[in-house]
Amino acid sequence: MEIISELFRQIAEDHPRWNFIWMYQPVQQGKILSGIWMTIKLSLACLVLSMVIGVLGAFAQGSRNIILRSVVQGYIQFFRNTPPYVQLLFFYFALGQFTPTYSSDGWIEEPIISNVGWAIVSLSFFAGAFNVEIFRAGIEAVPESTREATESLGFSRSQSYRYVVLPLALRVSLPALNNNLVNLVKTTTQAFGIAVPELLYQSVTIWNDYPSALYPTMLLVFVVYIVLVGLLVMSMSKWESSMRIPGYGS
Amino acid sequence: MMKRFLASALAGAFALTPMSVLADGHSCKNEVWNKVMSRGKIVVGVKADYKPWGYRDTSGDIVGMEIDMAKDVAAKMGVDLELVSVQSSNRMQFLEQGKIDLMIATMSDRKDRREIVGIVGPNYYTSGTNVMSPKALGLTNWEDLRGKPVCGKQGAFYNTIVEERYGAKVIAFTGNAEAKQALRDKKCIAWVYDDSSIGSDLSSGEWDEFEMPLNSEDDNPWALAVPSDERNCVFGRFMAGMQYQWHQDGSLIALEKKWGIKPTQYLADYNERMRDWLAD
Repeated sequence: MEIISELFRQIAEDHPRWNFIWMYQPVQQGKILSGIWMTIKLSLACLVLSMVIGVLGAFAQGSRNIILRSVVQGYIQFFRNTPPYVQLLFFYFALGQFTPTYSSDGWIEEPIISNVGWAIVSLSFFAGAFNVEIFRAGIEAVPESTREATESLGFSRSQSYRYVVLPLALRVSLPALNNNLVNLVKTTTQAFGIAVPELLYQSVTIWNDYPSALYPTMLLVFVVYIVLVGLLVMSMSKWESSMRIPGYGS
Repeated sequence: MMKRFLASALAGAFALTPMSVLADGHSCKNEVWNKVMSRGKIVVGVKADYKPWGYRDTSGDIVGMEIDMAKDVAAKMGVDLELVSVQSSNRMQFLEQGKIDLMIATMSDRKDRREIVGIVGPNYYTSGTNVMSPKALGLTNWEDLRGKPVCGKQGAFYNTIVEERYGAKVIAFTGNAEAKQALRDKKCIAWVYDDSSIGSDLSSGEWDEFEMPLNSEDDNPWALAVPSDERNCVFGRFMAGMQYQWHQDGSLIALEKKWGIKPTQYLADYNERMRDWLAD
């Protein structure tokens, strides 16, 4: 360990633009690690929540109730057609005013939803809007005759959705879903705008404090995202192949 | 596998490093200076969110004390002036990449920054660190910040100092507007920034329930910068001369007055020190 930090200290001395400061300075290392951890937590929370939104939204879209259908349609139009960065700022600064707060010292109004909370909400809704459409495409690919078969077997609409339509639709949707979730992980960097201490926030802080660490830190951000997204893609394709039904789809 | 990937990524990155250029006098190529003169236009990076040093007026033009300085530079070089607004977090990169030829952007003069951009003296201004906080809280001491959320601005060098020295939890936003909005929204107990900027905010009348209650710390001169290769060449020497002249003939003090900035002892001292011995 000592040898490695010595090595990077030496590199910083020999190449003034290549100061890998987080390889030998515990404080900066802590920032990077906490940033990576925050990015992972943010990504996981948004992945799960946006999938839930997608599944429920796609179900509601097929409802016979016109009000429910228009609510879902309105939701999709709003979140799909506005930039995620603007949504983040809007949620945090504008909507943040109206959420209940509690005060511990008479001034600070701690909102129940913190900036991390708003980032999760807004990014999940953003990706969720796309997921609804992705699942809808999958659902429409399930043959009408299959659905009629469930009906004749006495399944209710929600039973048919849960046990037959969704499992089949999911398999069709996976490639498109994969794309959207990859995008979602990358979009978490925008939470930087509302001061969520994720990887990019911490990295910018470091290279502001140590301009000599600019290139190494940018490189690190790239590598971390390549690895994170790589892991996501890998587990998604594992999932895809484990769910494969021989003879169904391609 | 991973190891080999990392190693090749590193090697690739090193290959991209520009060759270090000798900084001795005989290697002066004056590329940027010559480019500016032949193009007949200088591009200066300034702040657009730092009233009254550099900000947008009601018609959207960037104006302020540093813009007046940039205008004087362009006038003395006999070229046109183009202003580019920069952020604290990208101003040095803009200069390095040649997006701007000169940077006058409220930058504190720090040792590690001198390694990246061509900072030349004498420093034209100075400011310390202070906070703007609600009068209702009645802060009296930097220690009052311990463990509390404090809004800050990405790119300010004292964020880390305030965190490490006083244990404040700095929430750094990308722009001044967002950070100050967060203070108004009571997301933090104070806004840590340059005392000079806070002073002008307070005198603007828009922050009547707020005050600047602490003693300023870490007084730090400001610096303008030319590309680092030209620090000891024509451009650097020229800018040193410009700053010397501004100090000596009282231009900086006049600008301070024009833009309604509280007169600083720093400029008065410099003006005194550089007084022409033959002047009456």
